Amino acid sequence: MQVELAHYLLLGAVLFGIGAMGVLTRKNLIIILMSVELMLNSVNLSFIALARHAADQEAQVIVFFVLCVAAAEVAVGLAILISVWRKRGSMNVDAMSALKG
Amino acid sequence: MLELLYLIPVFPLLGVLLNTFALRGQSEKVVGGVASLMVAASFIVALGGFFELLGMPADSRHFELDLFRWIIVGDFAAQAGFLADPLSMVMMLIVTGVSALIHIYSIGYMHGDEGFRKFFIYLNLFVFFMLLLVMGNNYLVMFVGWEGVGLCSYLLIGFWYTDELKASAGKKAFIMNRIGDFGFLLAIFLIWTTFGTINFAEIEPMAQAYPVGAGVITAICLLLFTGATGKSAQLPLYTWLPDAMAGPTPVSALIHAATMVTAGVYMIVRSNFLFSLSPDAMLVVAWVGGLTALFAATIGLVQTDIKKVLAYSTVSQLGFMFLACGVGAYTAAIFHLMTHAFFKGLLFLGSGSVIHGMSNEQDIRVMGGLKSKMPTTYWTFLIGTLAIAGIPGLAGFFSKDEILWKTYESHHVILWGIGITAAFCTAFYMFRLLFLTFFGKFRGSKAQEHHVHESPKLMTVPLIILAVLSAIGGYVGVPHALGGHNYFHDWLLPVLSSHGVTHGGEHHGVPTAEYVLMAVSVLVAVIGIMLARSWYLGKSSTVESLGKSGMRNLLYNKYWVDQIYDTVISQPLVKVSEIFAKYVDQGTVDGAVNGVGTTVVSFGGLVRKIQTGVTQNYAVMMGMGTVVLLGMLIWSVLG
Repeated sequence: MQVELAHYLLLGAVLFGIGAMGVLTRKNLIIILMSVELMLNSVNLSFIALARHAADQEAQVIVFFVLCVAAAEVAVGLAILISVWRKRGSMNVDAMSALKG
Repeated sequence: MLELLYLIPVFPLLGVLLNTFALRGQSEKVVGGVASLMVAASFIVALGGFFELLGMPADSRHFELDLFRWIIVGDFAAQAGFLADPLSMVMMLIVTGVSALIHIYSIGYMHGDEGFRKFFIYLNLFVFFMLLLVMGNNYLVMFVGWEGVGLCSYLLIGFWYTDELKASAGKKAFIMNRIGDFGFLLAIFLIWTTFGTINFAEIEPMAQAYPVGAGVITAICLLLFTGATGKSAQLPLYTWLPDAMAGPTPVSALIHAATMVTAGVYMIVRSNFLFSLSPDAMLVVAWVGGLTALFAATIGLVQTDIKKVLAYSTVSQLGFMFLACGVGAYTAAIFHLMTHAFFKGLLFLGSGSVIHGMSNEQDIRVMGGLKSKMPTTYWTFLIGTLAIAGIPGLAGFFSKDEILWKTYESHHVILWGIGITAAFCTAFYMFRLLFLTFFGKFRGSKAQEHHVHESPKLMTVPLIILAVLSAIGGYVGVPHALGGHNYFHDWLLPVLSSHGVTHGGEHHGVPTAEYVLMAVSVLVAVIGIMLARSWYLGKSSTVESLGKSGMRNLLYNKYWVDQIYDTVISQPLVKVSEIFAKYVDQGTVDGAVNGVGTTVVSFGGLVRKIQTGVTQNYAVMMGMGTVVLLGMLIWSVLG
């Protein structure tokens, strides 16, 4: 079976869906953060597949940007997570609704 | 001296300011002394003005002092200005003179009261406003004074405001007066729209252009008189005055003798050029006055509170003055106003002296035998009583007799009958008061008997001065029939318009009728005194004869007028107010205001639900939003 563009995009879509579901349903902040990473990577996968398909390098450059931003985000996100843990002793996002109206 | 006219009201005002700001924490002597001195200074200036007026020719005794342009709105212009003519001069002298004595007396009477300084501030303010009232050269300045004395009466009657009863007496006086003031205010509006001016001197010639009995003039007069019934406690607005006895006694004296209640009479006489054009209005004035005189006198027959007897006596005497106004005898009205100021001031201060000596006891049922213990008070009180009863030779006789004579002469025989009956009641109840208070055995407690003492000099000296005035004050107006000359009448004549004024007895050949009437009124007074003597001075004199039964019960309860007012006017008003409060105010107005608030809050509550603070909810919405946007995008591309 020939692996075609559609397969990559489908995998990307499935990964994105799993990530999105994780962000929406899981209560643990770390898992949510991981799910966000999953969504970012699914998008990266789609970018690369499309870049190959179109024989264009621009999308690959964008992937590098995304990777950099994701790395930075993880660094900052983890720092926030640690201080939340210290402050609250919990990673449950439902417990962090102090900003509700 | 007349250029310094403005000083007359300025002095008491200065007293108010000094006592309010500069003399805080000073001794009673300084506070009371300054206040008394200010009023005395006004009296001296007034006296100077009086002699200057006296020196002028009779026809030019009219001096106006324009102070400043006060209100200019559209066509309406009002000057603040003072007027000195024979009428206002008489009033200035009475107000400042009697008030000065009352001030001095108050230093003794109010000794030790915690509100001592406050009392004198109010007292000075009262005199200030009364002077504005009598000195104003137009109706608006008069109205300012008119309202001012109303305010001060409220402050002074409710002076001991911690006592609920006294505070509400002050309120009653104020509200009753406001009802009358409404009439006065309407009268001023009507005067303005009719004549285009509110200045007395400018209205007078204009009024002459109207025919006698003109509707608009009658309307103005009746409205003015409505104001007068409130201020001067006439039927039907008299009930505040007896209640006003709750205030300190010098206040009663001030209100009853020199200020406030005399304002209505003064206003009518001041407006004589209008009243003389309206026989209908004058008839109303005469009848209200006459009926009030009798009505109040009958109530006075059975009252047991020393001050209440005097209060009803004032209502009754004011009725006499209005009776005089109503029959066109304006000079007689002012004459009686003056003599009344002397003897009523004396009687009130005398009753204050008795109350002072009796440790604040006001019930004449527990007095008696004070003659020997308080000789000065007794003798001065006796002179006042004789004067008010109408015994010849004393001030009250001349003025009251002139009123009765003028009433008869103007063919109001029924009113004369009412007047003479009232005079009989006056003699009776005044001597009843005198006998019960000063004669017989002491009926109070041992402690009271031990405490009874003559009042200090500060109080007795004003009594003596007023007693002298009560005795000789009538000689300025001895009727021609008695071979005298009515100087008072001549003095006031230039103020009075030529219409409808009944002139003195000089036009009549032999004044037989006048002699007869005079004899009748003296006889009536003497019978009243003898009757009081046999009832209250004989062996059966005492408390039993003061009991209640039948007619006496009706009188004792003042014909239930207060209760009738309460049932017919007050209670329904309260009920209507409650309905309005519940449905209109709390229901509609509060409902609308709160409704707006509640609506906004509930909308906010709806929007608030979105702000959960839970990150995932936001993410869901973001996702849904993206889906919707994408859907719209695709739809638009495909569509």
